[in-house]
Parts: sequence; C-alpha cells; structure tokens
Amino acid sequence: MNRNRTLRFVIKAVIAAILIIGWMALGRPVIKKLFHNSVASAQQAANVFVIRNAKIVTVTGATIERGSVLIRDGKIAEVGARVAAPGNAKVIDATGLSVYPGMIDSGTQLGLTEIGSIQETHDTTELGDFNPHMRAIVAVQPHSELIPVARANGITTAITHPSGRLVSGQAALINLDGWTWQEMTVKAPAAMWMEYPRAPRGRRAEFAQQAEGAANIAQLRERQLNALRQKLEDAQAYAKAKEARAADKSLPPRPVDHVLEALIPVVKGELPVLMVANTDREIKGAIEIADKYKLKLIVSGAEDAWKVASTLKEKNIPVIIGAVTDLPNNEDDDYDINYSHAAKLHKAGVKFAFQTDDAAYVRNLPYQAGTSAAFGLPKDEALKAVTIYPAQIFGVDKLLGSIEAGKMANLIVTDGDPLEFKTIVKHMFINGKPVDLSSRHTRLYDKFKDRP
Amino acid sequence: MKRHSAILLTALVVALAFVAQAQNKGEVLIKNATIMTASHGVIEGGSILIRDGKIAAVGKNSEVKAGANAKVIDATGMVVTPGIIDAHSHSALDAVNEGSVSVSAMVRMKDVVDNTDINIYRQLAGGTTTIHALHGSANAIGGQNVILKLKWGKPAEEMIVPDMPRTIKFALGENPKRAGNQTNPFGQGNRPLRFPATRMGVEFTIREAFQQAREYMREWDDYAAAKERGEDPTPPRRDLKLEAIADIMRGKLFVHSHCYRADEILMLMNVANEFGWKVLTFQHVLEGYKVAKEIAAHGAGGSTFSDWWDYKIEAYDAIPGNAAIMHHKGVVTSVNSDSADLARRLYQEAAKTIKYGGLTDEEALRFITLNPAKQIKLDHRIGSIDVGKDGDLAIFNANPFSIYARVEMTLIEGEVYFDRKEDLKRREIIAKEKKELIEKERRTAPQEQRQPQPPITPTVSGPGDDQPEIKQ
Repeated sequence: MNRNRTLRFVIKAVIAAILIIGWMALGRPVIKKLFHNSVASAQQAANVFVIRNAKIVTVTGATIERGSVLIRDGKIAEVGARVAAPGNAKVIDATGLSVYPGMIDSGTQLGLTEIGSIQETHDTTELGDFNPHMRAIVAVQPHSELIPVARANGITTAITHPSGRLVSGQAALINLDGWTWQEMTVKAPAAMWMEYPRAPRGRRAEFAQQAEGAANIAQLRERQLNALRQKLEDAQAYAKAKEARAADKSLPPRPVDHVLEALIPVVKGELPVLMVANTDREIKGAIEIADKYKLKLIVSGAEDAWKVASTLKEKNIPVIIGAVTDLPNNEDDDYDINYSHAAKLHKAGVKFAFQTDDAAYVRNLPYQAGTSAAFGLPKDEALKAVTIYPAQIFGVDKLLGSIEAGKMANLIVTDGDPLEFKTIVKHMFINGKPVDLSSRHTRLYDKFKDRP
Repeated sequence: MKRHSAILLTALVVALAFVAQAQNKGEVLIKNATIMTASHGVIEGGSILIRDGKIAAVGKNSEVKAGANAKVIDATGMVVTPGIIDAHSHSALDAVNEGSVSVSAMVRMKDVVDNTDINIYRQLAGGTTTIHALHGSANAIGGQNVILKLKWGKPAEEMIVPDMPRTIKFALGENPKRAGNQTNPFGQGNRPLRFPATRMGVEFTIREAFQQAREYMREWDDYAAAKERGEDPTPPRRDLKLEAIADIMRGKLFVHSHCYRADEILMLMNVANEFGWKVLTFQHVLEGYKVAKEIAAHGAGGSTFSDWWDYKIEAYDAIPGNAAIMHHKGVVTSVNSDSADLARRLYQEAAKTIKYGGLTDEEALRFITLNPAKQIKLDHRIGSIDVGKDGDLAIFNANPFSIYARVEMTLIEGEVYFDRKEDLKRREIIAKEKKELIEKERRTAPQEQRQPQPPITPTVSGPGDDQPEIKQ
C-alpha cells in the first residue's frame, strides 16, 4: 500500500517536471525562433531537389553520362554535368541510376473506370451519338487504385478519354498525381474524341449480319457518316452566326446549343480530334472528313496506318498506335504485323506515339514501345514515342517530354532502360513533387509475403 | 468472301507446312549457343544434339559430337531455351464451353481439336511448343482437356501428345455463377437460369457430383462382386459423366481448377480431401498468394497470370507478385496465357515476374517450361534441355527476358516449325499467290450481284476471361 503510494507520487512528480520543462523550453524565444526556422526551411526545401551523379537521358538533347538535375517550384531549373544547388535543396544521390522524362500514355481511361465488369464504375460512355460537350476531366477520380499502379512503372502523364460514341467527348491530359482533378490537369481539353463509323467486326459482324443483313449494316454506317458530316456543318454555321452576332449586336441573340458550342474549337482547327479509325478505308474516310471540315486530325487505333503511310506523312497527320500487342486482325496477316507497325511508320516518316488504350494496364506502356523495338523500330525512337512525340502531338512539348530546363519536372529515376522488364523505377517526380511509388499491389504483396 | 478466306487459309497452311515438311529426321545440331537449360543452369558456347526427335547430348561445343549428316544450326549470338509450355490455353479448339449443364465431365477437348487455327503458327513464332488446351470455365465441373504439340501443318491426331495424362477442368467463382444470374453484364439474355448462382451452389454442385460418382462406383463394385460370386446380375447403366468423376477418385483423371479467391481455393481442397483426391493444379489462382501455404501443403501447383487484374471484382486483389510468393512458399508455379494473344509472348510474361517478384532468370524460365510440364505431368519428356527429353526448343536473338528479344526459330522434336528468316522470305511468294487466287476467284465467280460485306476478322479479346465465347 505504502509502496504503491510512493510510486504514484514519483510518477506524478516526473510528469509534472516534464510538463514544466517542456513549457519553459517552448516558451523561450530563442527556441521558438529555431523551431520556426526549421519549419520554414523544411517548406523551402520541399520545393527544391537536386538529383546528383545520374546518367541523364534528356531525349531531345545529348545524354549526360554523369550529371545533375535541379528541380525548383515544380520545374526543371537546371540540367548539366555541373549544377550548383542551394544548400537547402534535398539531395538525391543517383549514382548508378538514370534520369528519364516521365512517360506519357497517349490513350487511357484512367480515372474514368475502376473495375472492368462492374458497370457502375464506368464513366466513359454517355448516352447519345454526339457528346462533344462531355468533359472527361470532371469525371476523373484522383484516388483510383489504378493510378498508382500505372505510375509505378514510370508513367507520369496520360490522355484519359471518353469513348464509344461517334463524338464521345473531350479527352484530357492528366498528371498521375494530385489531390483533386484540378491539380492533375495538364491540359483539358486536350482533344475531341471521335470514332469513325465502322462496320461491326469479328464475331459481332457475323451476329450483326444475321440480325440486320449486310446491306443494312452498310446503310447504318452511311447514316452515321452523314449525321457526323451534318453535325460538323451545323457547328460551322453556328460558329459563323456567333461571330456575326459578336460583330453586330443588332442581330438577335441565339440560344446556346451546348453540342455545337463544344464543336466550335474543333471546326476552327484549334482543338485536335483524336479519331478512332482502324482499317485503311476508315483512315482514308477520317482524312477525307478532316480535309473537308478543316479538322486537326490525330488518328487513333490505326491498325492499317502503314497502308496509308504516305498520305499520313504528306498531310502531317500523327498516329496513336493502338495495337502493338494485339493479335493480327486477319488470318493471313503476317504474324508480326502489329509488332512491326511502328517500325514501318517510322520508315515512312509518320509521327506516332503509343497508347495502352486501357486503365488497369497502363503500366505496360513501355512494353508497347519496347516490343516495337524488338521488331525493327530504333530504340531511341521507341523512347521518344512515349515521351517527346506525344508531347508534340498534344501541343505540350514546351512543357513535357524531355529533361530540359524550364519544363515541368515530370521525371523518373531508374536503375536502367525504362522500356526493359527488369528495370525498377526508384524515384518519380510529378510537377516537381516526389511521388509515392507504392500501390494496392505493393501493399498486398508486403502484407502477404510474410504471412505466418 | 468466306470462300476467299478458306482458299487463302489453305494456301497459307500449305505454304507454311512446307517449312516443316522440308525437315528430315535424323540428327540436328545447334551449336555456338547460349543455352538456358531450365534444369541445370546456363551453358555458354554450347551445343545441343537432337537425334530422332530426342535430345541426345547437351554441353559445351567441345563436348557434343554430331554425325556427318547432321543438319547444323549455327546459333552464334543466340539464346536457346526449352520450348515454351502454356499451361492454360483455348487455342486450336473448335469449341470451348459445354455450359448448358453445371457438370459436363463427359465432354472431351480431344474431340474438337482444330489443327488449322492460325494461332498455332502465331504461338510457334513466340517460341511456344506445347499447350494445355482446356475446356472453358462456364460450369463448376467442365470437360476433359487435351495436351497438344503445336505441329503446324500436321493432322490433329499427330498434335495430341500420345502419352498425355488425362486432365479435367473445374471452375469456381464468378464464371460458373454467371448462368445463374440473369442480370449480369455478359448478356445471358433471356436464357433460363442455370444452377448455381452463388459460391455456395458451386461447392454443392461439386460435392453432389462426387457423391453421385461414389454411389456409381459402388454399383459397379456390387455388380463385380455379384459376378465374382457366380451370379448373373444386370450390369449398371454406364454413365460417361460419372465415369469421369469416378476416374478422378481413382487417380486416373487430374483436376485443373479455375479459381480466383482464397476462400474458393480452400473450399475445393476441402472437398477434395473429403473425397480422397488431390487438386493437381489451380488455374489463374490470383489470390494464391494469400493461401500459398495451404496450397503447398495440399501439393497442388499454381498456374497464374503475370499481371492481369481488375477486370472483375474477384480479380481486384490480384497482384503481379503472386507467382513469386507462391513459388517462395513451395508451390510449383507457372505463368500461363489463357489467351491466343499472350501465348505468343509468354517469355515476356515470365519476365514480369522477375520485375515484380525479384526472381532469377532461371526461376522465371521454369515458370514457362519445367513447371508447367510438371503441372501437366509431362516433365519426363518436356520442359528442360536434358538428354532424353523431346527436342523442343525456342531460339531467341537475345536473352528472352529482354524487351528487345524476339524468337528466331522454334523446333518441336527436332523439326523446325518456325523460322523467322523463312517466314520473311515467304511473304512475297504468299502475297503473289494471294493476288492470283483473288483474281482467279473474280474471273470464275458467278456474275450475280454481290452484296458489300464488312471484312470477316477474328474477334480480338482484351484481358480477362470476361468474354464468354472466347475466354471461358
């Protein structure tokens, strides 16, 4: 009893002493100042990083065998063999490692879908044939489990887009990091997503023919094509009327038509059109429409692009290759027809970039590029087609796609060639901020690998 | 159009089969190669001698001597691996699912082999030489599988591995439930519901089938005993479905079960233990990493995808480290395709397990050679480069786990079935022949009005076995 009381007294006395000393220490102005200083310098340092002793693959310029990258306030401040960094910069020693630009996937549904078979998690396809006023960016879920999985393999940026309609909506270029979709936005809209009317293919073609008859399918396609042309003409007229009213206020005001309003930048050639077209006939059709309505065309999918490569080159139309690792479409196609597609486009001088056309498998983007390199595409071209080429195609090459001073600091530090399977991404910066490379997959792996 | 396709396909078959026909039996020597044996490490500057289809010698160049008439393949700068084995395929089959019933143990994939499937050639071009062609996953107990060598151009009977063990497909989870749920996203339409609709029902369906088979075996035992006693009993009615399930309990038919979640994996081992048999291999087994200890204790193998996930809720916990964790906990593990697409690049799929699981090249190589051979009980004849095994080889232009590698040549039992150089050479000839055939068809076709038709093309499927007509 007595001993217990003594013990309790001692404990109380110790706690009181700690509280008093603590209060005195915090209350003293010198300590207070030191404390504040350390907070301030931590804040400053949070924006300044220097990656030292790295091989720097700039993509657009020469590779620096051993050098530094200084990152300040979200941007690449300096790159070179010798870079002076402020004392409070956080230093990343990258001896034996390499710096590359973050990779860009030119076609995904990231943030717009979560689980394949569960309809409730899909936000890609609105009702109706014409949805140019639908904006992917507002439906991007920044906390999707799919985003960190994609990021872990070096993809920092992606086009995410609606799909499934003649005009599906506005695609956005997003960074794969941010608390909100606003923070993730690089460029929105980045392009208008359209799908060239196409006949059903494969088994669906057989079913559709049984149900509709081949002639009806051809008619359906013709009807869709006419509707698309009509809509573009309406948009031209709408734009013209709007301009006239702007110039002459005496003209009666027109009610806003959201569909046509959203198509104005398209028919003015300001907003590029990402148009899905796969067969050579579809691609030629897409080019015809682009010519007629002065659209800034980017062909997506484009399985037969190699057959019309000279036209694409001549008209300077870029291609987002969609099928590197898909099966050939026809039984008598060359077995490597899709593996070697990029090499053929490169030879013909067509500008291209790669896409996964997916959400869960964006992490496999480097393998689309790498597999193309196994079948004839020069390795440096493969890398460009997931970095600087997409940046050029989407008009953000002043911002992304290479390691250059002044660009947004989207970069990765790896233990090797980022297109190789065995390469591990060790660090990632998006918009100048270090990004966590863990994901649902690493969490589950760590949890269960040591299960007793 | 259909006729065109058929003619073109025939031409292609004949042309490509020529590659195989041109080979002769006897001796084949592959020299100056880097040999990844899958069983005993890597041999630099090595040679492999194949005699009458079997590996007769393997070692350093100086150790392997061939006869004067041997066909010599100089593999300088190349990497040779065992022919790749796909433990989960639906290629080269005319039909995949007999999903009208919950138990279809009586149907056999060996009755529906399609030796003209172009995917055979495409997979050869990816170094794949043997496939385990499975029944689909539409029902809890599916049909009996077949094991094929991808001998493009040969009759179906010659593709079937003669001493193959008999295996049967089971399926757990979402796929066998689908037909019990009309409001599913895969369009069962107005078809009547089929039991089961839940994992509870799947378990019962399997248990009931084994119960019935046990009674069926007893009937036959009673009949045999009565005959033994000199009586003249009426034989029981033969039931091919229960016969197959009885064979599982007799140890003559081995179970490969499609599964995803940990709970259903444990469920099947539980039922198996109750009826006294063992699961040979869990297929997909995407949550195998959660119960790897239990799978290893049961003695089952695990054949998984390298990185598929997320295509349905039961695949939401799938991780690319699954193969590595199962392997480390003692499960015989393989990486499979379940896809005519991925079956062309299983070496890339294996490479991903190195990345996500920190494995060695040899471990990854075993995932697509020796381990699947074990999972289909054929490791005595395929799966590694060892004397006495079949001369099934893939020759790469670089380490197969580099993204920049591609297959240059594929051999089955010493015969070259794919040769990239030959393939490239033949393209012009085939293009010319195709043009001629089309022109001939144009000249001879009846002059009736032909309706415009969209091109007939095979359906390209995305990942996941969510497309019933292809994937199950």
